[in-house]
Amino acid sequence: MKNRLSYFLLMISAVMIGIGIHRNEMTIVLKKAINICLECIGVG
Amino acid sequence: MKRLWIQIIFFISSNAYIKGFFEGRIFKGSSKMMCVPGLNCYSCPGALGSCPLGSLQSVMGSMKYQVSFYVLGLLMAFGTLFGRFICGFLCPLGLIQDLLYKIRTKKYTLFKPLKYIKYGVLVYFVILIPTVFTNKVGMGDPGFCKYICPSGTLFGAIPLLLKNPGLRSAVGILFSWKMFVLISIIIGSVLIYRIFCQMLCPLGLIYGLFNKVSLYGYKLDLEKCNSCGACQKVCKIELDPCTQLNNIECIRCGDCIDNCHSNALARKGVRK
Repeated sequence: MKNRLSYFLLMISAVMIGIGIHRNEMTIVLKKAINICLECIGVG
Repeated sequence: MKRLWIQIIFFISSNAYIKGFFEGRIFKGSSKMMCVPGLNCYSCPGALGSCPLGSLQSVMGSMKYQVSFYVLGLLMAFGTLFGRFICGFLCPLGLIQDLLYKIRTKKYTLFKPLKYIKYGVLVYFVILIPTVFTNKVGMGDPGFCKYICPSGTLFGAIPLLLKNPGLRSAVGILFSWKMFVLISIIIGSVLIYRIFCQMLCPLGLIYGLFNKVSLYGYKLDLEKCNSCGACQKVCKIELDPCTQLNNIECIRCGDCIDNCHSNALARKGVRK
């Protein structure tokens, strides 16, 4: 039963990742990650 | 010992852009579209991937979206597959805390109500600051990264500031605050096992929510268990595996399994 729930959650995760990719969220992540995040390092 | 080696190997492999440390720059490759499972600041000069919490806040704090399906989906997938095994084996900050705890001194236990602080950190710093407290154009700060995250200070700020004079001139009061947080966590980690994970880490909390349903987890054979209490004695998070198996706080270090004399505890999802 627990395994079924796990696989169901994995399926939902895959759908969410798919939606995110479709909405181009990966580009937002990349843009933030390839520039030094001044707030993240406590400078900005 | 085996766990320590896995932690070290994962830490090095996810921060393998060594050139960045020497040049005071960060990696700019497309692998940063992908999030690593642990708390690994993407502004660390060596980071090859993105921090899931930083990514979540950056998408939620952007002008375009208030929810990140991509990062939440990844977090759910990581959690469903591994639960807090990620904290125990794959998180760079977990490794640092484990090493600090090895320093020989008197050890203390965390006052249990303090474990609930991380719920507030998740709600206020990770969700509300980026989405609700936004500026005029609708952008929000990554609250957790900005005010709390010791990973950004330790793996990002310190190596970058050492090599990058331009950044040094921008240092202000916020950096003093972040250094205070970092030093407090370092001192706390020497005295209390995984103080940051237990008290403050919202990423660990998210993974912990999946501990009961994750494919990798622990199982207890009640017929074999003789209630000797050996597992409870060795648990540094102070759980009783016999009654709190796969608890939200369990980081799956495996100490309870290694010390179970009757082989009643085992890993599920792993063939012996």
